[in-house]
Amino acid sequence: MKQSILSKWLTTIAGWGVALIVFFPIFWMTLTAFKTEKQAYSPDIFFTPTLQSFRDVFARSDYLTFALNSIYVSIGSTLLCYLFAFPAAYRMAFYPTAKTQDTLLWMLSTKMMPSVGVLIPIYLLFKTGGILDNIWGLIVIYALMNLPIAVWMAYTYLCEVPPAILEAARIDGANIWGELWHVLRPIALPGLTSTALLLIILSWNEAFWSINLTSAKAAPLTVFIASYSSPEGLFWAKLSGASVLAVAPILVMGWLCQKQLVSGLTFGAVK
Amino acid sequence: MSTNVAAAKPKHFFAFLQAPSVVVLFLWMIVPLAMTIYFAFIRYSLLNPDISGFAGVENFQFLWEDPAFFPSIWNSVLLVGSVLIITVVAGTALAVLYDSNFFGNKIAALLVIAPFFVMPTVSALIWKNMIMHPVYGLIAMGLQKLGLPGIDFFGEYPLLSVIVIVSWEWMPFAFLVLFTAIKSFDQEQKEAAIVDGAGPVQLFFSLILNHLSRAISVVVMIESIFLLSIFAEIHTTTSGGPGTASTNLTYLIFSLGLRQFDIGIASAGGILAVILANIVAYFLVKMLAKGLKQGS
Repeated sequence: MKQSILSKWLTTIAGWGVALIVFFPIFWMTLTAFKTEKQAYSPDIFFTPTLQSFRDVFARSDYLTFALNSIYVSIGSTLLCYLFAFPAAYRMAFYPTAKTQDTLLWMLSTKMMPSVGVLIPIYLLFKTGGILDNIWGLIVIYALMNLPIAVWMAYTYLCEVPPAILEAARIDGANIWGELWHVLRPIALPGLTSTALLLIILSWNEAFWSINLTSAKAAPLTVFIASYSSPEGLFWAKLSGASVLAVAPILVMGWLCQKQLVSGLTFGAVK
Repeated sequence: MSTNVAAAKPKHFFAFLQAPSVVVLFLWMIVPLAMTIYFAFIRYSLLNPDISGFAGVENFQFLWEDPAFFPSIWNSVLLVGSVLIITVVAGTALAVLYDSNFFGNKIAALLVIAPFFVMPTVSALIWKNMIMHPVYGLIAMGLQKLGLPGIDFFGEYPLLSVIVIVSWEWMPFAFLVLFTAIKSFDQEQKEAAIVDGAGPVQLFFSLILNHLSRAISVVVMIESIFLLSIFAEIHTTTSGGPGTASTNLTYLIFSLGLRQFDIGIASAGGILAVILANIVAYFLVKMLAKGLKQGS
């Protein structure tokens, strides 16, 4: 008995120890965001917090542009993605054919194409089409990038709806819209919402296409932060302030949709 | 059943719902890829429009002879390999640790998965500046207290530094997937083994590892695909340098194409990247197909 209490204590200490070490860089970034530029270079934990770094970040006239671009791109691409994904998933879940599984697998396999393999043609197409540094270009790319995951996840959730319920609704004379609104919505909405959160996270944090296809006008926060890798990066308090603003909302979303993350990113292989 | 409205229509009637997704994904996959293959076999430089014509395997030859080519392949292998080992070993150990319901383990788990949601450019710059800076970084400060000189991580150990950052980003993914998988481990089976006198070590190697093997291979394959494409972390910290010390294949293709504007050679590299990723993808799709058939 004594042994097991001791081991329980040891596991608790080890578990929390690891958690604090892993989380430390995020903690330190948050702490630094509340320091002055001078304090940022010292390892002090106790200091008078200031909001100066946040004020400085907001004072950059273009900060809002980057933040809004991130919001537009992640939400826009997720909506566009669902516009295509939902009907496809609906068909696959309720009217499957012999080919449905192969189609799904093929869709997932397109996700395995490395972005860099098509970087050159996409860049040239954007250049020729005049949509380099254009927010719509980025939205389309992200929607395509996330489409396989969206179809897959929506399919999984729609498959959980018992077909008998749909049939009952039809016998009661529900048309397609009634069926969607009164039957599917209550059952599938929670899953579809957290999938949407996952897609927003993936788009928000995407840093390959955003760095290569945008520069100023349509650049999201990933690109804005990357601009701190220049000598300006020496302003650590500002860098931390901007980073905290860019990371915090997404971190909360991530904590809310862990489950979807596992099944979404492993394509359902681990649930 | 006969009143089923849908059944009155042929099943293929509903294909129009699926067609848009299939068509756009097909275009997204085939058009740029076809262009990459085409560019790889012609002479095409944005800096010198006079150069044109069929190049045969010339671009592949130039790529092969590029002094950065073999280092970049080697760096890709090192980067993917070491991050895989670090994240899978640490992720498995943590999954086992967190499976033993200690006080507040759910909250601690939230802290462990947090780095996965930090955007790559933020992770890279926080590590580069506040932790690994040769003078003001926390590690340098610690060393100073011990009377040791600071280490110029990105100058002296550029690839290792990138490996540390990328491992920090991806360990949470391995942990989260394996933690999810370990929860489905049969408790009765575990208790039976303990009654039979199995120690924790034996229990881990003979039962738990076996139970996790499928999830581990999924993690390995998915991470491989993502890790082959690591770009932003290198771009914001070392820009592939010093020299080619931290250039991976993805970064080499980027700099050939969008820095030196040699479309032909960059496309030849792109084909190589697609082939590499496809080798991994082949095994992954096979495994997913097996899972789908079992599931239905």
